[in-house]
Amino acid sequence: MKDIVIKDLCKRFADKVVLDRFSIVIPAGSIFGIMGESGCGKTTLLRILLGLEKADSGMIEGLPARISAVFQEDRLCDEFSAIENVAIAAPKKTPRAAIVECLAALGLGDALDRPVRALSGGMRRRVAIARALLAEGELLLLDEPFEGLDEETRRSVMAVVRRMAAGRTVVLVTHDEEEITALGASLYQMKE
Amino acid sequence: MVINEQVFFASPIDVVRRLVEILYELPVLSIFLYSLSRVLVGFFSGLVLGCLLAVVAARLSFVEVLLYPYMITIRSVPVASFVVLAILWFSSAALSGFISFLIVLPIVYNGVLAALHATDKQLNEMARVFCVPFWQRLRCIYIPQVRPALLAAAATSMGLAWKSGVAAELIGMPDGSIGMELYHAKLYLDTPALFAWTLIIVLGSLACEKLVAALLRLLLGGYRK
Repeated sequence: MKDIVIKDLCKRFADKVVLDRFSIVIPAGSIFGIMGESGCGKTTLLRILLGLEKADSGMIEGLPARISAVFQEDRLCDEFSAIENVAIAAPKKTPRAAIVECLAALGLGDALDRPVRALSGGMRRRVAIARALLAEGELLLLDEPFEGLDEETRRSVMAVVRRMAAGRTVVLVTHDEEEITALGASLYQMKE
Repeated sequence: MVINEQVFFASPIDVVRRLVEILYELPVLSIFLYSLSRVLVGFFSGLVLGCLLAVVAARLSFVEVLLYPYMITIRSVPVASFVVLAILWFSSAALSGFISFLIVLPIVYNGVLAALHATDKQLNEMARVFCVPFWQRLRCIYIPQVRPALLAAAATSMGLAWKSGVAAELIGMPDGSIGMELYHAKLYLDTPALFAWTLIIVLGSLACEKLVAALLRLLLGGYRK
């Protein structure tokens, strides 16, 4: 696993410059928290790392081939159960027991086989987190992953994330400094 | 009846009476199955090819551009023009199947293509990020989003397949078909028979529509309510 080196990254959408010669080093195996005002380019940065947006210029080194992510939206297949939604992204040989264990750890033990469209917002969020945790990828990108969770659930979910993401490089985008502290992440303040 | 003239308009009683006569006099089941088999062959050919072409066109935009004039032409040209042309190409027995196919193809193609274009981009991105295999994408993302459009297209085109198939039989006059019986009704000014056969067509079309919808729901996992 290598450090991820981002150098002079630029991205513009029409007239709006979102990233202007943005440079940063994300240490391998660390939890790296990014905070900043809305619209400062946090999500765009994650989308570039995921290969969903192309940077106008700049360089990224050390990016692993497989990256896992919790998107800002849940992005679940509504008709399918929590287990199926996690299995879709997990490596082929992942045993069902491992998926069940992860979902149960996130407090979804009673909702394993229910279609996710029947779940509450907070439960759907946790399914999305489980999917990212069990998917392959040395790099885990979390875009406001704990939004919509109540305080108690948030704490227990953060503990699970911290335990299960150990050994991976994690980039956490958040507006809540408490999450940075709870996950033991280093903090980078992104400016417009 | 106000008109009191069977040639112009048959009363429900006359229609039922004639229907009973037809059921006794003619091998209605074999006539019905003859037309049904051709309509269904045309329908399922159009359904399968329409879906396949839509999938290819959704992935390759040049295929969509190439197919556009053909689909517009098939949709706009009157059935009768195709029938006259098809008589030269095929036997009269194969005519109704071919015409049904031509009617079903653009409806299914356009419906499925529009649904594929409207597929949730966020889910596609998710599948890309997690390297979800094609068959899983098909099962979890594409089929659930295309299913309503495909069911609607199938229901609409099934009715039209019957209409156009029987119209083709009326022109091509293959022996032992419903179209041939309609021709006889016209020839002998037997309006109650015309209405009776029309009733059989309507019931057949409705039954096919329900059966095909159930079959597609089963195949596409529509049981996941």
